[in-house]
Amino acid sequence: MTGGRLSRRGLLGGGAAAAGVAGAFAAGRLAAPDPERVAAPAASYPFHGERQAGIVTPAQDRLHFVALDVTTEDRDELVALLKAWTDAAARMTGGGSAGPVGAVDGPGNAPPDDTGEALDLPPGRLTITFGFGPGLFVDADGKDRFGLAERRPEALERLPRFSADVLDPARSDGDLCIQACADDPQVAVHAIRNLVRIGFGTTTVRWSQLGFGRTSTTSTSQSTPRNLFGFKDGTANIKAEETEALDQHVWVGAQDDAKAAWLVGGSYLVTRRINMTIEVWDRQSLDAQEQFIGRTKGTGAPLSGGEEMTEPDFSMQGSAGPIIPVDSHVRVVHPDTNDGVRILRRGYNFVDGSNDVGGLDAGLFFIAYLRDPRTHFIPLQRAMSKSDALMEYLRFTGQALFAVPPGVGEGEYVGQALFEG
Amino acid sequence: MRIKTLLASAAALAVVPMLSACTENASSGGGDAKADARALTVGSSADACELSATEAPAGTLSFDVTNTGSDVTEFYLLGSDGLRIVGEVENIGPNLTKKLTVNAPEGDYFTACKPGMVGEGIRAAFKVTHSEDEQAVSASDQELIDQAQTNYRAYVQDQSAQLLVKTKEFVQLYEGGKDDEARALYPVAREHWERIETVAESFGDLDPLTDAREADVDFAAGEKWTGWHRIEKDLWPQDAKGYTALTSAERTTYGDDLLANVTELDGRIQATGSDALTYPIDAIANGSIGLLEEVANGKITGEEEAWSHTDLWDFQANVDGARVAYEGVQGLLEGKDPELAKELTAKFAALQSVLDQYRDGDGFVLYTDLTPADTKKMTDAVNALSEPLSKLTAAVTS
Repeated sequence: MTGGRLSRRGLLGGGAAAAGVAGAFAAGRLAAPDPERVAAPAASYPFHGERQAGIVTPAQDRLHFVALDVTTEDRDELVALLKAWTDAAARMTGGGSAGPVGAVDGPGNAPPDDTGEALDLPPGRLTITFGFGPGLFVDADGKDRFGLAERRPEALERLPRFSADVLDPARSDGDLCIQACADDPQVAVHAIRNLVRIGFGTTTVRWSQLGFGRTSTTSTSQSTPRNLFGFKDGTANIKAEETEALDQHVWVGAQDDAKAAWLVGGSYLVTRRINMTIEVWDRQSLDAQEQFIGRTKGTGAPLSGGEEMTEPDFSMQGSAGPIIPVDSHVRVVHPDTNDGVRILRRGYNFVDGSNDVGGLDAGLFFIAYLRDPRTHFIPLQRAMSKSDALMEYLRFTGQALFAVPPGVGEGEYVGQALFEG
Repeated sequence: MRIKTLLASAAALAVVPMLSACTENASSGGGDAKADARALTVGSSADACELSATEAPAGTLSFDVTNTGSDVTEFYLLGSDGLRIVGEVENIGPNLTKKLTVNAPEGDYFTACKPGMVGEGIRAAFKVTHSEDEQAVSASDQELIDQAQTNYRAYVQDQSAQLLVKTKEFVQLYEGGKDDEARALYPVAREHWERIETVAESFGDLDPLTDAREADVDFAAGEKWTGWHRIEKDLWPQDAKGYTALTSAERTTYGDDLLANVTELDGRIQATGSDALTYPIDAIANGSIGLLEEVANGKITGEEEAWSHTDLWDFQANVDGARVAYEGVQGLLEGKDPELAKELTAKFAALQSVLDQYRDGDGFVLYTDLTPADTKKMTDAVNALSEPLSKLTAAVTS
């Protein structure tokens, strides 16, 4: 091999320029965005920091999410894996390869330590976020697997089944999770593929999910995208800029759980795989669709009037009761009807091909970060299952809960405070 | 099994919205220039109702109504007597725009904006002028509408009465421990429920008590499971893991409860006077669409009858109900969109012929006997019908 090492980092210059062009194209396709709200996106996000990236980071357009089970019984092996993952994640988010050598610079008679499909691609604003599931602390028989049972956060239990759920165990739960978000699906898939590869022998994949088209807005620099029902989604989401709301609703506080000091500054992550009955929805009249949602399909304004960001007026009366119906989605999940509770959603659309009767196997892969699932997710989901008119067109096919530790400092590894604190 | 918002709210309205629809599907007659003259804008503020024109050529007119005030507003096109509603669009929130599409023959009219939805509204004269491509609005439409409403009401009442009779019989068999006979009657009694399911579901209090499936119940939140499907599981426990049969006393509790709820449902459906249910033409059409939606969402997937697997009885009953509702408005549709009427009639027949292949004696084969190829064939037939059927309401009310 001659010449300089070929790495993604080496291509950063050209890559950044290409990202700029792509960004301009994306902005041009939006319906007349407010120019001040379309900030130039960073080419990459640092892996190290006070918080893990991929939570309040402006949501990228592509997702590869994986849930894994730990197969080893050796605590040291688990820690070694977390260290290896930390190194690989730091390299890949910076545009580098998974291993220190790379896809093409190693010996010819050995498999490369990077799979290579992201060579020539820019970092794609990749973020990699790790979480720990309840099964990491105690197994199904209540056994303390790695001496962590005493540090299991009280809120970290398997989620209950909600009414109308048709959960598939093969798409639910997991001991660990990794969320990779990027502008380019190949960059996200590359990251998960290589991390899973590093984990072989220590972990096994339980399920994974690809997503495209973010369905929420996590920064005021972003415009609101649409879900597969064609409606704007995430209008009222908590934004990265709302630091007070984040402290109140997203980040675990110092006093929250004495057993889980290692989680302070982290968060909880809920995933729900929501299948939408697309074909049936598409036959609903425009009026009916808008009444299910409680907003207009065009601008996303609440039915009580105004523009997208106008606060809904639930008391405003229409000809047959409230103008925003009592069973409309926006009303059922609104903070005003849920003790002021807000969550930070980070969901993605998905289409996993077609089902066995030719319908789209499609929907929304719901991701939310929140301070405590017992106050910030379970009551909300219960209200939705019970009262939301939209439920008629939704099927919940998978779910999981993870504790997401705070960020990783230079020289540290993911979850170090859990294992060594 | 959930409430159909539209039917419930439509049924609550005494006024029949005649010849009106807020849809963009309605055909626009003539060329561009002519179409433009028929496309009007309305600005409805707190104290004004500004139209882009005070006259338009006969045919399909559209009014883009923008609420520039701060109260909810409505817009009406009224007949020359200022009373007859030719078309209306309700519930326009501040700063929002909604479209009214209406087929108006030559004549004198009034327009009215009603900010705050109270009072007479801000009225002005409106003229529809002669046009070559005017579509004749049949004088007998009102007759057809009246007839459809009367017939549909009678149909719902008849099915409800039969449901009550069969439920009584079923509960007696079940409480008396005659399980084989109860099992045979179960899908037959439920046919009457499934034929009028969209009406039954509009009673949000009774529906979950009567027709909730086990998967719909949030036991973790303390919800209780009652009704048809609770008894179904007790009669067909073989698929349930570690199931404990209900005691005789428990059977009586669940049986009596089911009968009480079905009796209450029938009471509401048979009510007269000011409590009488009305079925506006759009509710009938929406009912037909809604029943096919039930098929696509729950029956075709085998979710409804998780223990007895008698889903095809429900499937047939939903299709029966949809067909009857459709046939009620068919005469009206033939005057407005004969092509759609022809297509729907053909697609209903095609779906029925697919279903007929799965008949077994007086009933049907069990859902568990179906192959993926069978359910695919049924799904295709349901989709082929549902897609044009979704245009029914807009077509009969335009």
